[in-house]
Parts: sequence; C-alpha cells; structure tokens
Amino acid sequence: MSSATTIPDVSAAAEALLEIRTVAKRFGSHDVLKSISLNIAAGEFLTLLGESGSGKTTLLRLIAGFEEPTAGEIWMSGERLDPLPPYRRRVNTVFQNYALFPHLNVRENVAYGLKVRGTASAEVVERVGQALSMVKMDEFAAARPSRLSGGQQQRVALARALVNRPQLLLLDEPLSALDANLRKQMQSELKALQRQLGITFLFVTHDQEEAMALSDRIALLRDGALEQVASPREIYAHPATAYTAQFIGQTNLLRGEIRRGIATCGPLRWPLEEPDGPALFSLRPECIRLSREGARRNSEVKFRAGIRQQLYAGASELLEVDCGAGQILRVRVPACGSLTGEHDFIFTITDAIRVHG
Amino acid sequence: MSRHSPARRSPLLAIYAVLVFAFIYLPIVALIVYSFNRDGVGGFPPRDFTLDWYRQLFADGPIWDSVLNSLLVAAGAVALSLALGLLAALALDRANFPGKGLFRRVVLLPLILPGIITGLSLLMFASMAKLPLNLWTVFLGHGTALISVATTELFAGLQKMDRAQEEASLDLGATPWQTFWRITLPNLKLSLIAAGLLIFTLSMDEIAVTFFLIGRDNTLPLEIWGRLRRGITPEINAISTLIFVVSVALIIVWYRIRTRTIGAEAQQLLERP
Amino acid sequence: MYSRTYKSLVSAPPLLWVALFLLLPYALMFAHSLWQVQDGALVHHWNLDNYKKLVTNPVYLEVLFRTVRIAASVMFCSLLLGYPLAYYLSFHSHARKELLYQLVIVPLWVSYLVRGYAWKTILGSDGVLNGLLQYLHITHEPVSFLLYSPFAVVLTLTHIYTPFVFLAIYASLEHIPRPLVEASHDLGAGPLSTFFRVILPLSMPGLVAGATFAFVLSLGDFLAPLLVGGSSSTMIANIVQSLFGAAYDWPLGSAISVCILVLIIGLLFLTERLEKRWSFK
Repeated sequence: MSSATTIPDVSAAAEALLEIRTVAKRFGSHDVLKSISLNIAAGEFLTLLGESGSGKTTLLRLIAGFEEPTAGEIWMSGERLDPLPPYRRRVNTVFQNYALFPHLNVRENVAYGLKVRGTASAEVVERVGQALSMVKMDEFAAARPSRLSGGQQQRVALARALVNRPQLLLLDEPLSALDANLRKQMQSELKALQRQLGITFLFVTHDQEEAMALSDRIALLRDGALEQVASPREIYAHPATAYTAQFIGQTNLLRGEIRRGIATCGPLRWPLEEPDGPALFSLRPECIRLSREGARRNSEVKFRAGIRQQLYAGASELLEVDCGAGQILRVRVPACGSLTGEHDFIFTITDAIRVHG
Repeated sequence: MSRHSPARRSPLLAIYAVLVFAFIYLPIVALIVYSFNRDGVGGFPPRDFTLDWYRQLFADGPIWDSVLNSLLVAAGAVALSLALGLLAALALDRANFPGKGLFRRVVLLPLILPGIITGLSLLMFASMAKLPLNLWTVFLGHGTALISVATTELFAGLQKMDRAQEEASLDLGATPWQTFWRITLPNLKLSLIAAGLLIFTLSMDEIAVTFFLIGRDNTLPLEIWGRLRRGITPEINAISTLIFVVSVALIIVWYRIRTRTIGAEAQQLLERP
Repeated sequence: MYSRTYKSLVSAPPLLWVALFLLLPYALMFAHSLWQVQDGALVHHWNLDNYKKLVTNPVYLEVLFRTVRIAASVMFCSLLLGYPLAYYLSFHSHARKELLYQLVIVPLWVSYLVRGYAWKTILGSDGVLNGLLQYLHITHEPVSFLLYSPFAVVLTLTHIYTPFVFLAIYASLEHIPRPLVEASHDLGAGPLSTFFRVILPLSMPGLVAGATFAFVLSLGDFLAPLLVGGSSSTMIANIVQSLFGAAYDWPLGSAISVCILVLIIGLLFLTERLEKRWSFK
C-alpha cells in the first residue's frame, strides 16, 4: 500500500477535520505563535516539526485545550473547539512523559476515560481488552506503571488515549525518551497503527527523520510561524526556503546571481531562464555524483574539485570538496574506497532548487 | 500555567483559604494589638495606646535572665544535634549495620512522640544517674530530642547530593577526610543552616521536655509559664510580640539564604519550549 | 566506596548516644512501671499492680476516652482546615504561591506557649471575643463555655497543628506531576472528578502523615488543658504529669506513659504500613 495514493487531499476545506484559523498565542510579551492557519484532514498523519521554541508544543496544547488562543479560532468537524475545556473535546493526548497514573494499574489507566464518562462495565472490559491487544500489552494488564519499561509505558499511554476513540489523537514527542533502536521500532508500529485505525494523528517532534518517515504531511514551524506545509517527498525535493532546505535533510546552499540567463555561484555556472538578480540555491549532497568519463549532457553541470575530507558511513561516503574560489560542497556518494586529490563531479541542473531566505 | 475559562477558578475555595488564614493569624494579631493596650488584655475594643508594658518588660530582670538561659541551651542544642545528626545521617546514608532499621526508627521517635514521654524518661535517667536537675539536663534533653530534626534534614541533603563529586575528589587524590571537609560539608551547607535554624527555634520554644528537666534556672518558656500560673499580664503580650518579631526576622534571613543558593536549581525548572 | 573505619567512625557516636539517652531511658521508664511506691519512697518490687490499677479504675478510662476524643477532633479539624488550604496553594495560587506558603509557615515558628496564651486571652470571660460580642450587643453577659472547656483545648490544639498538617499535605500535593491532572482532563474527567480520582489518592501519604502527627501529639499534650482546659478537660498526660509532681507515684505514672507509648508506636506502625501501600512512585 503506497503512501502516495492515500495522502488525503486537503484542498477541499469541507473535508478538513480540524481548522486552525489565524491562531496566535502570546505569553507575557513573547509571541509564541504568530497567526497560524492550518487545516488537518480526517485520517491523515500530520507532523508538527520544529526546533525547541518553535511553538509546536504550544500549538498542540491549544488543540488539546490546556491553553487558550490569544487570537484566532479552532474548529473541529464544523464546530468551534477553542472555548471548550479539555474534558469536553473529542481529542486525546499522548503526553511526552506518558503521565500514567501511578496509583492505578495498566488496565485501570486505560479504562480511565471510559469510566469517567460512565461507560457500562461490560463495554469497558471489552474495549480495554481490545486496546491492550492492539498495543500488545495484554499480559501486563494488572501491572503498575512503575514496573514497566519506557517503551511499555508508551504503549499503555497510547492505548489509554485510543480506547476513547477520539476524532483526533495528539502525540507530544512520544518517542523522544526512548533509545534509538526502540524508537525506530515504535515509529514503525505507530505508522501501522494509524493506517489500521484511520484516526487522525497530530504528531509533534523535533526529529526531521522521524517526521519524514511517519507523516502524510509535514508542517514545519519556525519561531511561531509556518515555514512550509507539504508531504515529506515534496518538502524534501522542493524546499521553499533555505531554512527548510537545511532543517530537513542536509543540503548545500549556493549563493550566487543570475545574469542574462546564466546562474553563477562561484566557479559553478549553468543556464537558467529567470530574471536577473541575486539567487540562493539548495543542492542536496546525494544529487552530486562522481563523473564517469564522457561528455556531460546539456542538462548537467560538471566541475572539478579537490577532496578535503572523507567520512565513511557504511553504505555511503560523505565528501567535503573544494571547487575553488572558496566554494566548498558536501557530496554523498556510494561507498567507493578512499579518494584523494582532484576529481570530476556532476549534477543535474534541476536538482539545484531555488530557495528564499 | 494554563488559563481556563473563569468557571474553573474556584472563588469558594479562595474564600475558604482566606478564612483559614484569618483563623491562623487572629490570635497573633490580637496578641500584638493588646500588647499596646493600656487597659491590659481583654475587653473590646482596645484603646489607649501605650508602650508601658514594653517598658515594664525591659526592666524585668528575671525574664532576661531566662532569655539568656534559653539562648545558651539553644546554642548548645544546635551544636550537639547537628554534630550527632550529621553522623547519624552519614551512617544511615552510607553504612549498613545490624539494627539499622531500629536505629533509624528510634532516632526519629522524639520527633513524633509527645514531649512528656521523652522528658519523663530522661528524668528517670537523671534520677538513676544521680544527676542534679539544671540547665545541663535541659541541654541534654533538647540535644537528644532534636537529633531527629538534624538527621532528617541532613539525610535529605545527602540524598540530593551528587555522589560523583565525592568520587571525583577521591579520584583526584584527596583522602576521605579531606573529601568530607572540602566536598561533602560544603554541599550540605544549605541543609546545615536549615536544620540549625529549626533546632534553634524549637529549642527556644521547648516546654514539654524542659518541664521535667528544669532546675532552678528557668528557660524563657518556663519563666512565662510560671508567670501565667499567677495571672495574665500584658507584659506577657509584650514578650510574645517580641518573640513573634524575632521569629519572623529569622524566617526572612532563612529565606534570603535559601533563595540565593537555590538560584541555579530554579533555572532548571523553567523548561517550557 | 567507604571504608569500614569510615563507616564505624560515623555510626558509633550516634548509636552510642541514642542507646544511652533514648533507649536506656525508655527502658528505665518501662522498669519503673513495674515497680512500686511504698510509704512515699520508690521500691524496686516487681509487680503488675500499676497496670491493674489502670484497667480497673474508671477515672483513668474516662480520661483516656476523653483524650482520644479530643485528639481525634483536633485531627479532623486540622485536616478540614489544612487540606483545602494546601490544595488552594498548590493548584490555584500561581504568582503568589511562594509568598502565601511563607505566610502559612510563619505561625509555626511562633511559640506554642505564645499561641496557647493568645487563645486564653481571646476566649476568657474578660477576653477579647467576649468583649467583641458585648460591644456588638450580640450578648449581654460573658459567654463562659468558651474558656476552660474541652472546646477551648480542641480549638487551641487545632490552631497549633493545622500548619503542620498543611505542610505535610502541601508537600504531597506538590509532588503530583501536573501532566497527570492534564491527562485526567484530557480523558474527560472534570475538576471535581479529577480531584477524587487522581489528586486525593496521590496525596494520601501526606494526609496520613499530617493526620498522624496531629493526633499523636494531641494525645500526649498536657499544656493546653492546663492553659485553657480547666478541670473539665483533664487529659491523660495531665494525670501523668501530676503523678510525677505533687501526687508522687512514679511507677504508676510510668505505667500510663508506657501505655501511651505502646499505643502511639502501634499507631505509627499502622500508618507506616498504610503509607507504604498508598505511596506510588
């Protein structure tokens, strides 16, 4: 099942589950969020990505109901959400440190939301059982949270939220406390779970790899404003700004200018039909290749550079090369043994993406 | 902190809290007000502001003798309790020995047992050991009873301390003795001051244990007690007001010390992105 | 990391001191309870008479029950006053929290005697409260039951122990991670529901500690009855005190003390078990 065919189309506002309309949030004299507008479609996995201080957690808390917007409105399923207290929203949260109730065992933790709303016992038992199976924590039903590992606690927190069948699930950096291997495993499980359940996930993280692996769409936040909102492939291949290009994946930023249809960045030049003026380009390291013998095609740029540094990474090498005139580039090539001296490199012109900022 | 719709603020709770505050402060306020009342204690409303009672207080020799006695005992109690309490805290934190659990409980007993029991048992000890009752027995009683305060406070301080610091010190060539003086003790500075202030205050105020161990020389609380048996005079209001003022001053001092040293810790608590 | 010498050096002094000045005296007290007074002198004649006297004498039993009633009243009243105050400070005061906390602590540092004396001056027939009532023409004569009654004892002791109860509960409440409260709201529980399902259970250790403190110390108190209680409020510790004073019967006094001691230790044991069961990490 390819993810490309199931990205929900959010251009149709009528289908949006959650509408964030010009929401702003100010703490004291600090504008944490500056007029955010974003629509989230039902069934999609959207990630709020950003550094600490970008406002992503604040936005999440606004949707959960723990803060009130200073300006703007939040709508869900055609009704206004922001005036409601958290216990009246069809939204549930998986907290960063799980926030499991230490005085209740796993089963009681998961049943909490159902019990509080007076759900019938039989139904509670059934749904809790299902939720625990779903996260593979059945055998720990009678255990206390303090006896569980981080990964196990995280699953219980997930079950506790999902058992209430929320319309929207908020996840506040739920994997950040796990070690690398467990993290990868949980990422994969989360993704599968979301597909299976079809519940809308709003995921917050500062880890761009995680965002790319999991999301249908990524909303990149910077200093309280949306930098770019697009699918992972789109945002990687066509970053709108230099910030995006550098935050997501690695890139080379080429500064130069366009004069009479030629783009010049240091020793590199290629034809480009655009108005004259200064220009900034993003060129991903993996787009640059070692040149085999033979002439370059018109769609390519060939240049010679000296190897300054080579970092081996198993399947690939990361080269730092000097093109002359102070232009240093990073190049990622498949593992090829140690390289020295000068070599020819080549890249396709369309891989040099024009960016702003 | 999050702000919710006004319905979530609890005005009832706030009013109740204010009432409880009023209850706690009412007697103290009355005490202070009436220490300036010419007609003495009682009746309402107070009229005729006067400082006579304070003048009488300052001329009252026996009271100030008892203050001196109290200060001496308190100073001694602080020294003794801190010394033994520190050792006890270290022992509880680092050593394992048979009877440790019992030791821990017995050390903490005077904290929760009514003073009369501790006082009487020490009285019987003094009697069997043929010790005369005087300020030394009082000092003994205070010091022993208040070890528990020092132990609790210092133990908590030890637990919070970063063990790696002592290890680093040893690693760099310092002996355990040097490590104790250069690393352990400075780290416990805050706990030592807290415990010291608390022990001092408790000793100055101590009645129950002192009651049974006192000889001819009175401590301040017992001097006041003796006067009370003879009748109420506003002079007692005056000394009580002074005690209150000194207590508040001590708290302010304690607060200043604490906030200055905890500044760095507090920074870590402000994390929100 | 610590050598045996270090550990012995550190453990020996306090162990010796505690053995000599705490354990030994308690043991002496126990021994005294098994002795007798004959013709005004202490006689080391081992017997259980003192304990028999305690159980059979209706006066002692009555005083004991009254003492327990008073101690229980003090415990409940301190909880009723202290818990809401602690809750308010912990969850509802934001900017002024530290200041308010200090304000509650201040009276703790004011002498017990001073506070007891203050109530005496307020509650007396010529006291402030009566003066106020007459000034407002609510009453025309002094109300006499205010002072020299069990009511006054409970009032004074509650005043003394409420800040302690507050401290214990406040510490417990502060330890509750705020995300738990948010999680409870997130899952659909309103403020009241959250209080009973999450906050109250997690504050139990502090509550039990504070309540025990107030109860146990009130149980053994002899000063408040002497100050404000009058003859109708004699508590068990007063009897002990007089037996060690004018009524000179150390063995009997020791017997009562031993009973109090055993009762309290039993209670502490019980609450320690409870606290362990109710403290969740």
